[in-house]
Amino acid sequence: MDTELLISARGLYKSFKKVKAVDGVDFTLAAGEYVALLGPNGAGKTTLVEMIEGIRTPDRGEILVRGLSIKDERSSLYGRLGISFQETRFLEKITVLETIRLFASFYRQPEKRIEEVIQIVGLEEKRSAYTKNLSGGQRQRLALGIALLNDPEILILDEPTTGLDPAARREIWDILLKLRAERGTSLILTTHYMEEATHLCDRIIIMDRGRFLAQGSLSNLLSKMNMPDIAHFVVAGPLPGDIPQRSGGLVIEWNRLTGKGRCEMHNVSEELPALFALLEKNGLRLKDFEHVRPTLDDLFLEMTGRRLTEETE
Amino acid sequence: MMLKRSELWQLIAIHFKELLREPGVLFWGIAFPILMAWGLGIAFTSEKKTKKDIAIINLTPGGMLEGFLKENASREANGQGSAIFDLSVIDPVFGENLFRFLPLDSARATIGVKRGMYQLIIDNYGDSSVFHLDPANPEARLLQLQLASVLGKTTADASFSGLNTVPLEMRGTRYIDFLVPGLVAMNIMMACMWGMSWTIIERRKGNMLRRMIVTPVRRHNILLGLMTARITMNFAEAFLLMLFAWFYFDIDIQGSIAALVLVFVAGNIAFTGIAILTSSRTSNTEIGNGIINFVNMPMMILSGVFFSYHNFPEWSIPFIQNLPLTLLADSMRSIINEGAGLSEILDKTIIMGTIGFISFGLGLKFFKWY
Repeated sequence: MDTELLISARGLYKSFKKVKAVDGVDFTLAAGEYVALLGPNGAGKTTLVEMIEGIRTPDRGEILVRGLSIKDERSSLYGRLGISFQETRFLEKITVLETIRLFASFYRQPEKRIEEVIQIVGLEEKRSAYTKNLSGGQRQRLALGIALLNDPEILILDEPTTGLDPAARREIWDILLKLRAERGTSLILTTHYMEEATHLCDRIIIMDRGRFLAQGSLSNLLSKMNMPDIAHFVVAGPLPGDIPQRSGGLVIEWNRLTGKGRCEMHNVSEELPALFALLEKNGLRLKDFEHVRPTLDDLFLEMTGRRLTEETE
Repeated sequence: MMLKRSELWQLIAIHFKELLREPGVLFWGIAFPILMAWGLGIAFTSEKKTKKDIAIINLTPGGMLEGFLKENASREANGQGSAIFDLSVIDPVFGENLFRFLPLDSARATIGVKRGMYQLIIDNYGDSSVFHLDPANPEARLLQLQLASVLGKTTADASFSGLNTVPLEMRGTRYIDFLVPGLVAMNIMMACMWGMSWTIIERRKGNMLRRMIVTPVRRHNILLGLMTARITMNFAEAFLLMLFAWFYFDIDIQGSIAALVLVFVAGNIAFTGIAILTSSRTSNTEIGNGIINFVNMPMMILSGVFFSYHNFPEWSIPFIQNLPLTLLADSMRSIINEGAGLSEILDKTIIMGTIGFISFGLGLKFFKWY
């Protein structure tokens, strides 16, 4: 991967009254990289991206975008960034086309680009609709389209799919994946949906209470924490009274009434055959089986004692 | 207990809680109207004495009216050689009414009427007098009745009690002539304050301003675009209103069109500047509403759009005359009704422009884009 750094931020702090929104983080974004800031509401994700976008000033720390300070080189850097906020209320009685054309004028983009963007975000049929008549998903695609007008090198999206239904969410994901494949765009994405982070991003930064708890690729994060896979299964009863709780390296939790079992596995390729052998040896017929890999939510729970969907106090 | 659990109780309670937990709303919704009533009340009602200026033309030396005034009214010099007469009439209910009679030549009296300084003119020939006033002007009619009562009782001049009245018909002296330029001026103020300030506050609230500035857009262009659109709309509105007034009320522009355009531009600069300053911080529409009213209301009341501000106490007149709306309305009246040209309105234009530029500069300095 190209290791050219597009954004480098060091020692960032930002507090609001007594709340430490961002509490000493270092952040980098390499060219072509898709990075997710994953954390519950109130984790400090939005504050961090707003500092990168230059609309909040850090209490301490330095942010360089392409080696330039956004504070000093605002207008030239805004020409390279594509930004979308959690929520923007566009002018209600202005159409999709008129809205995009307005923003295109800020980037000095020709009419051709407006048409391209409408196509990229799939709003061809809504081009003449007032923005107030758009659905939530269409509104987010309009916001994304505006962020894409200047064919940005770096895209910064703050919770672009929050509140959208799964189909609308997937439409946005498809646009973003296509962008990476075709344009080599880099992305910073904030989200509290782990599926979004895992589906879209190479690197996931888990954030809570203004700090980075862990970062890396999904497999990287999970292996670092040494979290086991889980096998859930059901056998046809009745269960023999002497059914073993342990066998070889396996530890099995049984529910004698329902015939359900649960087993943690650190090395699936060896432990799974061992489990099946154990069942067979005891004459147990398997009725149902599920292998569950650990998720980022499990990881977050392990690290903070809370779920990603819970608010930060 | 039952009541507390009822849905209506809960619905009412949450609205009160919401109100009470927003200090800005409390201030602008409750404290501001009280402060306003207090301020205006102190300024304009504590003085029981009301003063009315009456222009007299052709005051005949040795005539009955002059004799009456010399005998009953106190005299002071007007600084221009002739005397002015103050007649104080004390009424047990209405307090003291001070009638100030100003002997003037016809031209000065007419201009005074056009400016709203005098509601009527007494034309005195020997021992008889004629009232000149616009019958459509309620203030003038009330004054005429008061004068008829005072003078008719105390002088032998039968013409007073007989209400010998000639309507004012000269161009620019009717009440409608006074009213229309005031309405044009007021419309400019209202359009800027609501059309611009409100729009800015709404766009800030909906993150639209913030969305715009994270692009290479030049920030001043965002405001300049809004101002230009508003001024163009104001021009169309004022033009149509003047056209209607000309067609329907026979009001035409007696002075310089160039001067009128200049005054229009200066007034718009003043009010667009004030609108930017007014909306420079808040993103709460209820607070915005309060601040806009805070700016609009005093001018609506004081600046003499509907009735002359010369009825307000003497000490307040210089202040009122320098309010942006007064400057604009007075300049427009002087051009439309009195035939004024560029030189007569230049000073007011400069003041309006200065107010506009200072407000705009301060507004930009304090402006919150998000």
